[in-house]
Amino acid sequence: MRTLRFLLQKEFRQIFRDPAILRIIFMMPIVQLILLPFAADYEIKNINLSVVDQDHSTYSQQLIQKMTASGYFRLTNYAPSYPQALQAVESNTADIILTIPPHFEKDLVRHSEAKIMLAANAINGVKAGLGTSYAMQIINDFNREVREDWILLPKYNEMPTIEIVTANWYNPQIDYHLFMVPGILAILVTMVGSFLAAMNIVREKEVGTIEQINVTPVHKYQFLLGKLIPFWVLGLVTLAMGFLVAWIIFGIIPVGYYITIFSFAAVYLLAVLGIGLLVSTYADTQQQATLIAFFFMMIFILLSGLYTPVESMPGWAQVISWLNPVTHFVTVVRAVVIKGSGISDVLPELFTVLGFAIFYNSWAVLNYRKTA
Amino acid sequence: MKKSVIITDKLTKRFGAFTAVDAITFEVTQGEIFGFLGANGAGKTTAMRMLCGLLHPTNGRAEVAGFDVFRQREKIKQHIGYMSQRFSLYEDLTVRENIRLYGGIYGLKTNELKTKSDTLINRLGLNEEANKLVRSLPLGWRQKLAFSVAILHEPSIVFLDEPTGGVDPVTRRQFWDMIYETANAGITVFVTTHYMDEAEYCNRVSIMVDGRIEALDSPTGLKKTFSADSMDEVFIQLARKATRND
Repeated sequence: MRTLRFLLQKEFRQIFRDPAILRIIFMMPIVQLILLPFAADYEIKNINLSVVDQDHSTYSQQLIQKMTASGYFRLTNYAPSYPQALQAVESNTADIILTIPPHFEKDLVRHSEAKIMLAANAINGVKAGLGTSYAMQIINDFNREVREDWILLPKYNEMPTIEIVTANWYNPQIDYHLFMVPGILAILVTMVGSFLAAMNIVREKEVGTIEQINVTPVHKYQFLLGKLIPFWVLGLVTLAMGFLVAWIIFGIIPVGYYITIFSFAAVYLLAVLGIGLLVSTYADTQQQATLIAFFFMMIFILLSGLYTPVESMPGWAQVISWLNPVTHFVTVVRAVVIKGSGISDVLPELFTVLGFAIFYNSWAVLNYRKTA
Repeated sequence: MKKSVIITDKLTKRFGAFTAVDAITFEVTQGEIFGFLGANGAGKTTAMRMLCGLLHPTNGRAEVAGFDVFRQREKIKQHIGYMSQRFSLYEDLTVRENIRLYGGIYGLKTNELKTKSDTLINRLGLNEEANKLVRSLPLGWRQKLAFSVAILHEPSIVFLDEPTGGVDPVTRRQFWDMIYETANAGITVFVTTHYMDEAEYCNRVSIMVDGRIEALDSPTGLKKTFSADSMDEVFIQLARKATRND
């Protein structure tokens, strides 16, 4: 115990003397939280719209106006024919082509049926998908308005319509910040826990001080605990910093309790630190550690459900994402922040993460050798 | 008759097909200054790392401070001091913090730690620098400090791996004064070096060539055997026979 105290004292002194680490701990949450939620917004605005209006009627004008007034579309091109509109797509100035055929208004009035064509540039699939679905909504709306206009007079014939009312629970405004901020916080804590701890140990390898420690009677568990505890504390401090920033900038206050998040984070950090430790036992230089950590962080982030729902991944990817501790932390932070889940609601995740903690740390300890 | 603190018997280390240390046998007695010489790649550092419990030997037998290098490595570590050619203090800690850390690790009591730090800082004349980061000290001072820290817990043997590399002659001289003091206090000094004048200061010297000990005697004895005027000549005569390059 006494040895551990000396080691901890040393680690904390070194950490607080290193301006780079302090900068990472304080600046990273602030910068990432300011930048990323705005960038990772799923609502697509400014979809470039090219219109081929072959009807030039009041209705076609109304429809075009309705599209541009929605705020999602920006009319960038008004083409006389479809092939010309296609050119605009090819030159990347249009994302979606709306073609209104001749006699659109006439067909609509006479036969109460008319066709329009939507063509989307699907190089960016998300943009194409969302763009067409926004357009369809607007066109449906337009459709209803037109019918109401015409059927208004004969009162006897009531329109049998099913109105769909959606209620978005927990996040009624579909505020993406509320969705992204907890996820980004989870990633931040993961970075501090795994990356900084790994770099710290590998640095001692590089400088050669680890050899000096290895010829002393310090037990490997003491040395490793001496490394784990400071970064465990730092991870929690980063999380607290992150929540402070989330509150100041986005006004986000968890619906649930902070204590739920921090208790979960306390266990989660053990798993992440285990990964960092493991990386450090395989890497001999900080360069290697950086590359290994980078590789894992990419997979961890992309397969965590932070940006894309895990449910939409293929089966094998869902398995990997279940094995990814970040997934569980993202889920839990979101659940507590947005829905107000309590510790009893997140027990399955808690035990899963605890399992990871035991697994990674045991592996790392077995792999760390004082003697070559 | 003084007792032996290091005994090796055909101690061998192989890395795959390469035999880094080839069945070396020698003894070092208590309070001796034992020079461990050899060209680069001769196997000195490997041999030393085995004796310090940093490396598993492949074959043979060795005892350090009465403990077996195969089975009692952690016991050995309690009784030796070690200073590597790579810098072994924490540069981002102060002089006093480094002393405190290593003293603490070796289990020095709190009051012992305090008095020992003060005496050490006084003796090295580092009063002004006690609270400065080690990084800011000149190399020679750091090496002296590293050596002092390595013997802070009064080990029975101290291993020095090229301790005076890159240090000016005056500091080198002072460093050797410290080594003599240490040996007089009964601590065995096991030192590797490339400076032949330093080899002359040792009680006994062994010279490794290609993983084997080719000569082991006092500097005077070696010069007589090889009918040479200086250790330099002895070393060159032996090292020329080396067939392996590093």
